[in-house]
Amino acid sequence: MSAPLYELRQVEASYRGRRILEVDQLAVQQGETLVVVGPNGAGKSTLLRLLNFLEPASGGTLHFQAEPVPHPAPIELRRRVTTVFQRPALLNRTVWDNVAYGLRVRGRAPGERLRGLLRSLDLEGLADARAGSLSGGEAQRAALARALAVEPEVLLLDEPTANLDPYNLSVVEGMIQQLRAEGSCTLVVVTHNVFQARRLADRVAMLHGGRLIEAAEAAAFFDHPRDPRAAAFVRGELVA
Amino acid sequence: MQLAAPSFLADLAEIVLLTIRVTGVALAAATLLGVPVGALMAFSRFPGRRLLVAVIYTGMGLPPVVVGLVVYLALSRSGPLGTLGWLFTPAAMTVAQTVIALPLVIGLTMTGLEAVDPQLRLQLRALGADRRQESWAMLGEARSAVIAAVVAGFGGIISEVGAAMLVGGNIEGQTRVLSTAIVLGTRMGEYSLALALGGILLALAFLVNIVFIRLQHRPPWWLGR
Repeated sequence: MSAPLYELRQVEASYRGRRILEVDQLAVQQGETLVVVGPNGAGKSTLLRLLNFLEPASGGTLHFQAEPVPHPAPIELRRRVTTVFQRPALLNRTVWDNVAYGLRVRGRAPGERLRGLLRSLDLEGLADARAGSLSGGEAQRAALARALAVEPEVLLLDEPTANLDPYNLSVVEGMIQQLRAEGSCTLVVVTHNVFQARRLADRVAMLHGGRLIEAAEAAAFFDHPRDPRAAAFVRGELVA
Repeated sequence: MQLAAPSFLADLAEIVLLTIRVTGVALAAATLLGVPVGALMAFSRFPGRRLLVAVIYTGMGLPPVVVGLVVYLALSRSGPLGTLGWLFTPAAMTVAQTVIALPLVIGLTMTGLEAVDPQLRLQLRALGADRRQESWAMLGEARSAVIAAVVAGFGGIISEVGAAMLVGGNIEGQTRVLSTAIVLGTRMGEYSLALALGGILLALAFLVNIVFIRLQHRPPWWLGR
């Protein structure tokens, strides 16, 4: 088996002296979809910021392709990974400008591929619309489009369908399924939704109270969860 | 005031041009220094930041005459910068006006940037922007506030008279600008002339502000649309 894409060992993250994430060991394999679940405040978003090299770990080691990641991470490394956030923050420009932003900062011109991307996310008619005029669902689709525009090796999605209506949810999740099927990038998806986790996961990692309490293949996680809190999540119970 | 009829227009043109030059250079210097410092203040957290913010806010209300006095003492023959020989030259007026405008540009740029969603900066970084690119994009988002900061700096110096009089000396043909010429005209009882100069000063300020307002609403591509 080849070396994992990411390997976290004894990783800790703190905020103002308070430890908010502790991961003894976690590996993310190339091309897989890892779904990260857990209640609010479990440290899921912090984990994504670490995986996007946006924040340093306060302890432990983070390896990417078997190389330790320094902080700040080199820009070339950072540009291989991107994140779709739960609440998209867009530039006060057109949808086209927002979607092309990642390409422009790389010195690349937006081309036909971008039009195709807008079409596949049902944004083509909104290309010239100002970001401020978009609905929440449209803004989230634009955020997904701008992330995909840069053709990341790793796409991190932080609750990408939270608060979306069924139509927007189906478009966004459909695109995630398409990426899974193509196997073109590694996906790490944070979700609260046990059904969505079942639909998307190759493997599942569960965080609780800032600690990684279980990580397993999707079938094992859903059929035979070891931790009682993971079992409660799988049963659809409220995990506090 | 020596604005005799035959040379009146030439003298007037000289005063107007010097006003534009001194204020323009001072505003450009305050903008080039103040906007990056304001951005740095908005994006950074460091010990003593609050104290520094309080100093900048205090600087926004600096009386021009006090700035003039400090610059005068610094540039006077026995002052630390006396060897420059700038006292009673347009350079001294430019320095004083830059000092007056700088805290206004820094303070208002900082507050304008702080009003932009901080999540945006993180998300731009996640899209691969480097520090310079993300700061530039954030400045584009706060464009109206940054331009308002420059407008405030301009307003603070175009009509100021205390510092210009102290460090420039209101020397005819050398350091006489519109505001100091108005004071002189008033002192000499030439109220019509002073009023006319006041009208020119207002018209100049109005024209410059029209340009700034246009930049706010129809910015060039490099300011971000």
